[in-house]
Amino acid sequence: MTDSRIEGWGRTGVVGEELMPDHLEQSPPVLFRGLGRSYGDSSLPPSAHPVVVNTTRANRMLSFDGATGVLRAEAGLSLLDLHRTLLPRGWFVPVTPGTQFVTLGGAVAADVHGKNHHVDGCFGAHVRRLKMRVADGRVIECGPDLERELFLASVGGMGLTGQILEVEFPMVRIPTPWIWQESERVGDIDEYVEKLKESAHAWPMTVGWIDCLTPGKHMGRGILMKGRWAHSHEAPSRFPSEPPNLRFPFEAPEWLLNPLSIRAFNLGFYWKHLPKKREGVTNPFSFFWPLDFVKDWNRMYGRRGFTQYQCVLPSEAGTGAARRFLEVLTRRGGASFLCVIKDCGPESPAFLSFPRPGISVALDIAIRDDTQALVDELNEHVLKEGGRIYLAKDTFTRPEHFRAMEPRLSKFLAVREKWDPERKFRSAQSVRLFGDPS
Amino acid sequence: MKRVAILGATRGMGRALARRFVERGDFVAVLGRSEDEVKRSVADLEARGVPGTRVAGVPCDLERPDTFKPALEAAEQKLDGLDTVVVTAGAFATQEQLERDPSLAAKVLTLDFSNTVLFCEEARKKLLMRGGGTLCAFSSVAGDRGRSPVVMYGAAKAGLSAYLEGLDHKHRREGLKTVCVKPGFVRTGMTEGLKAPPFAGEPDDVAEVVLDGIDAGTPVVYAPPIWRAVMTAIRAMPRFVMRRVKF
Repeated sequence: MTDSRIEGWGRTGVVGEELMPDHLEQSPPVLFRGLGRSYGDSSLPPSAHPVVVNTTRANRMLSFDGATGVLRAEAGLSLLDLHRTLLPRGWFVPVTPGTQFVTLGGAVAADVHGKNHHVDGCFGAHVRRLKMRVADGRVIECGPDLERELFLASVGGMGLTGQILEVEFPMVRIPTPWIWQESERVGDIDEYVEKLKESAHAWPMTVGWIDCLTPGKHMGRGILMKGRWAHSHEAPSRFPSEPPNLRFPFEAPEWLLNPLSIRAFNLGFYWKHLPKKREGVTNPFSFFWPLDFVKDWNRMYGRRGFTQYQCVLPSEAGTGAARRFLEVLTRRGGASFLCVIKDCGPESPAFLSFPRPGISVALDIAIRDDTQALVDELNEHVLKEGGRIYLAKDTFTRPEHFRAMEPRLSKFLAVREKWDPERKFRSAQSVRLFGDPS
Repeated sequence: MKRVAILGATRGMGRALARRFVERGDFVAVLGRSEDEVKRSVADLEARGVPGTRVAGVPCDLERPDTFKPALEAAEQKLDGLDTVVVTAGAFATQEQLERDPSLAAKVLTLDFSNTVLFCEEARKKLLMRGGGTLCAFSSVAGDRGRSPVVMYGAAKAGLSAYLEGLDHKHRREGLKTVCVKPGFVRTGMTEGLKAPPFAGEPDDVAEVVLDGIDAGTPVVYAPPIWRAVMTAIRAMPRFVMRRVKF
């Protein structure tokens, strides 16, 4: 066996062994990993025992009911593969994150959310059954009404409760494979948040990108996007073509991303949307997964890579929470390429599911010498606001911060203690945050 | 529309190829050893296939030549005919493992050469009886030249390639086309744990090339295609150079 570097999407990595078996049930009892799109260290094995099982060869559909849309599939099936087969037949996943390069197992483990969170919740809310192999070697089924505790700990549980082998959930019927989109330029963060909330009533999908560099009056100006599936009389009769396949060709030097280039990019992005409002039919690939066009785009951040900081600022924090967050960020000079803002709906009963009612903010930060200090400061601010961070993105949060943000953690850890007392399933992240043996 | 039997369709390149067939409406019989694996692959192909596609599972074990004939007959019956037979199944072990373990060596040599040939023989008879068709077997670039990391595996594949070429010369006029696929390094469960060389391919890329090869009846298909050039260069290398480069 050969050791190689296993990386998260932000390029933090460990040297270890990534097994890729044809049969998941024959794999050793260690952490599962899908397509490795979690940004931080949640899909990385602990450094002292660096073995992880890649699930992507287990990618078979096991049943699909063409009447109800209920699909059961092996955990390594990707949304890309799934949509290539079922989108042309008028089916879509109930929830998609911003990339199609995610496996079903990964979507469950991170309890991913999408542009429709305010209406449809997270991916886990739609899951009916999981087939899992737990630490004692048993293969069991769980769901909202079966081994409920294990299910609630596994949805959003970052693979730490056991190995997810199969996932069952209903696909959703769509009227056409096209999206009707309205987008508008919004002048500052307060107006932005207000419009986001307003749009949530009328639109099943909303999201927006803001400029988080400009301080003062125009702080947080951005583009708000709202969408719904297009009706057949609005949409072209042909099937939308998949975007061209580009690849970021090299590992960029660190100076490429500097305050000036990032500012220029932000300015360009904002003013590219010249008219105040735009509307029309757009293709789902660019609407849902705009970054999937460019393979390996994480190389843009150079050798040291980047981290994504994503937090939710709860409704209880009151109006102005987003502005206060941006103030901390701009004061700190935390230069980020676009920052994604989205409102969240109700919290899931799954113990570690990230979203809760409020505003989610996500920013990509190139790793520099002061990144730890920046994340610490943002975390302290988020704590004060009563918010929390998203494990699937995290590399730098300190355990004491996470514990303080996450009152549900003890419940999660108790279930984990019951099912995996020896902590067979652990990650670099669980070693860092939950004190697992390395 | 083709009616295809694939021995090895449950995983790797066979799985990828079977998906391509059903996605365009061909009928596929999944031949495999493990009942559960066959069942799961049949389900996968049924879900992926365009409406009207027929998929069937048939038990067949490359280790047991007595299963070959009944399996092809069952496939023909379940698909209402059979015009294409593909074998992707095989075994791999490193030269080091084969040198250490003679029983493993016997197994790899038997599966990759004798039993594959015996399976093709059953397929040949069946296809000739109906007036021809396409027989596609997966050999390897390892069979193109004796090389030190694949002394035994390469020898078995060289034998298989020679058999397939002979078969093609003998029967093409009668309507039986033989397609010898020579994959280069492809990332599958079979090559799991080996260090991937340059030009390593993915099963999906191979499947696309092989599907074209089967449709056109191309006698020798390199997949990914770059391996044709790579192997031409390797075949042209003088012995004293080969001895030094160690691959």
